[in-house]
Amino acid sequence: MANFTPISAAIGGALIGLSAVLLMLFNGRIAGITGIAAGILDPLSGDRAWRATFIVGLIAAPLSALLLGFKLPIPQMPASYVTIAVAGVLVGFGTRLSNGCTSGHGICGIARLSPRSIIATGIFMIAAIVVVAVTRHVIGG
Amino acid sequence: MRALASLICGFIFGWGLFISGMLLPTKVLGFLDILAIPSGNWDPSLAVVMAVGLAVTGIGYALLRPRTPLLEVQHQWPPQTAIDTPLIAGSVLFGVGWGLVGLCPGPAIENLATLSPGVLVFVIAMAIGMAAHNFWQARSSTPGASLAVASATDG
Repeated sequence: MANFTPISAAIGGALIGLSAVLLMLFNGRIAGITGIAAGILDPLSGDRAWRATFIVGLIAAPLSALLLGFKLPIPQMPASYVTIAVAGVLVGFGTRLSNGCTSGHGICGIARLSPRSIIATGIFMIAAIVVVAVTRHVIGG
Repeated sequence: MRALASLICGFIFGWGLFISGMLLPTKVLGFLDILAIPSGNWDPSLAVVMAVGLAVTGIGYALLRPRTPLLEVQHQWPPQTAIDTPLIAGSVLFGVGWGLVGLCPGPAIENLATLSPGVLVFVIAMAIGMAAHNFWQARSSTPGASLAVASATDG
């Protein structure tokens, strides 16, 4: 497990948990990125301000890390923009259909022991694991 | 004040994703690639992020549940409990997209800070997918029902 980084993973996980707890403490809201982002896009949404500032904070974090001297690596993506676009649409539509993503279901939902979120997280994990197995070991292998 | 609290929460969340390495699709895919376990190249970091994140959130939520939030009238705990077709179908679609690129919504949006063209394409496509769902949902139900569902998300 040469790539395993347990310390930074634990610190990062604790910060994500802290953020979820603080958002519930102050605003009474679930820290689910899908719900927060989709609420900005929904023309019927009436509470865009806190959603928009959460997203601003999210994007500001790595920029502040850059200012502090950390490196901000460019993410490695598939070569094909078609693959990227198809994946993006699947992630956007799928997370809205199931009402949550890795943060909303995977962290906040399981943390409150929601059966919906436990099922959702199990399914999207298995689906992603199957896709990676196929793309890396069947097609790419 | 609510917007400021939310800004700080987004900032902390962003630092969490950054420090944990979860901004990197290669690291996420390294976890999802369970066939790499025998060769010793599997990266369980994502499981540690989730386990610690869950422990902190679980304890925090349990303490907060009987109280009222500081800047709102009441907590908005998701009311839905049904294991239904949209939950299952949506999770499959999301998982397939996640496995193809290694980006889920949080890291995708945060990675806009890198100005990477690939991330920009992904986020625009993701916004189109979300807007398409909003549009589809609004057409297949009354505006009042749509609003109720939109505000009742699990996350």
